[in-house]
Amino acid sequence: MTAEALPLRSRDELRAARRARHRRVSFIAHVILVIASIAMLYPLLWMLSASFRPQNEIFSTGSLIPSSVTLDSYVRGWNELQVSFARFFSNSLVLSLTCVLGNLVACSITAFAFARLKFAGKSFWFALMLGTLMLPYQVTLIPQYVLFLHLGWVNTYLPLVVPKFLAVDSFFIFLMVQFFRGIPRELDEAAYMDGCSTFTIYWRIMLPLSLPVLTTAAIFTFIFTWDDFFGPLIYLNQMQNYTVTLALRSFVDSSAESDWGGLFAMSILSLVPIFLIFLFFQRFLIEGIATTGMKR
Amino acid sequence: MTVRPLGVEADAPTAGRTVTTSGWSRFWRKNGTGYAFLSPWLLGFFGLTIGPALISLYLSFTDFNLLQAPTLVGDANYVRIFTADPKFLQALRVTFFFVVFSVPAKLVFALLVALLLNRGLRGLPIYRAIFYLPSLLGASVAIAVLWRQLFAGDGLINKLLALIGITGPSWISNPRYALWTLVLLSVWQFGSPMIIFLAGLRQIPQDMYEAASIDGASRWRMFRSITLPLLTPVIFFNAVIQTIDAFKSFTPAFIISSGTGNPINSTLFYTLYLYQEAFGYFRMGYASALAWILLIIIAAFTGLSFLSSRFWVHYDS
Repeated sequence: MTAEALPLRSRDELRAARRARHRRVSFIAHVILVIASIAMLYPLLWMLSASFRPQNEIFSTGSLIPSSVTLDSYVRGWNELQVSFARFFSNSLVLSLTCVLGNLVACSITAFAFARLKFAGKSFWFALMLGTLMLPYQVTLIPQYVLFLHLGWVNTYLPLVVPKFLAVDSFFIFLMVQFFRGIPRELDEAAYMDGCSTFTIYWRIMLPLSLPVLTTAAIFTFIFTWDDFFGPLIYLNQMQNYTVTLALRSFVDSSAESDWGGLFAMSILSLVPIFLIFLFFQRFLIEGIATTGMKR
Repeated sequence: MTVRPLGVEADAPTAGRTVTTSGWSRFWRKNGTGYAFLSPWLLGFFGLTIGPALISLYLSFTDFNLLQAPTLVGDANYVRIFTADPKFLQALRVTFFFVVFSVPAKLVFALLVALLLNRGLRGLPIYRAIFYLPSLLGASVAIAVLWRQLFAGDGLINKLLALIGITGPSWISNPRYALWTLVLLSVWQFGSPMIIFLAGLRQIPQDMYEAASIDGASRWRMFRSITLPLLTPVIFFNAVIQTIDAFKSFTPAFIISSGTGNPINSTLFYTLYLYQEAFGYFRMGYASALAWILLIIIAAFTGLSFLSSRFWVHYDS
């Protein structure tokens, strides 16, 4: 008995020691992570706090807690340019939502064709579609610009929106093809037996079953469009049509050194929609990145 | 089990009828549905992707200022780029510098934090969210604006340095440091590769560690012999994606330098130079040549990465 109990106790002790060591290492890891978290968030929090400070206090301190809170910067910044930021925000919102709609409709129709329909040359087109994934946009930029210039579309939203309705974002097509392939074929078989048309199968069966991938595509399209700077920079040149990103750029160039407060306030506002997506759709963001390597 | 593919459905109702003789109508009957669904993409592919790509290849051999029709100049644009354009060399230098310093640093941070988080710590979702947030927001103009202030002469960084008695330079207007602030901005956004690393770490079977631990392997040994080799596909994936992305980086440099690439072209990213040539000077032919060179650089890099992957990426599982 004693001969058996002895190693048993020492094994317990060993396990206790290992647990203690694990707890110590975990503690150190937590300390490192908390410090790193503060360092990561500090610039963002500082900008947030600076946007609520009185003008003369913005740079007086690196502290995060303002001595007094005021909305002055927001009021000033809102009307800093000839056109109010209300206009820029509604421009960006309309543009982003239209692009979301375009990508959802066009990419899902294309993905449905690739994932479910049978037609000659399918694998050929599919390979070409995958090939365009790697194509940097600079290569198509100039002829596209010339095309849109000749169509009289420069200084409208059409150059930014129409491509979405023609499924140029191959990435989302690929994402949806992968998802559609995972939906059991028996479902569309049964619907076909019941006399449904191909379009009905796409619209009434595939789309409702694909809400996760559609959500992922929608939020990423929204974020990409909301943040897009290059497209608006090239195609929009009247302030009436500016998106928030372009307006911020004008703000920087016109009065950066004189009104950091107003600029910070508008910058913070421009991040709000993305932050809301982050709060409410974080699961989709994380899964989207983990499974596909989406850039953000 | 045989599964009837959709799209051939058109055959079924007409099977009893006499087959029409025209090959075209037979082709249409078999493939029409598919091509109808594919038509928006086909239009976009030809009209906005492959068509423009080929036209820009043609334009790269021309002189074109948007106002007059392009005139063919042979390989003059390319000759000038490679022999008489110091700004091109500078843009290449800046971009490669940015890629070489930002990508590895970003990946190392992403991996280290992912390893820390993967220890089964409590609060993982909170940490993950905090580290991911900068990378979600980071591409926006707002953050570039913030960076411009942080590293200005009278910016926050110098205010903080002054507290410990250091007088910092004006980081963004000093050619020695301006590019480093952009590298730092990129590294700050290590969140998304970190999430990919976390997903990869979770794929590694736990029993491998248990077996190694019974054999008395140290933690470092387990990292070297299990974690790292099994993670190489993820490292490879992250490296390729991040590098291509870094080559195409535009917005931060544009905002920080007000579109100039200054001080003394020290933040003249390749894309920024291309933008200046195309939309500042309207040298569309020259800019097209720059775009094709960028495509070739990215393609060559990607090709080499895949070739090299045979020697270091571990694929059997």
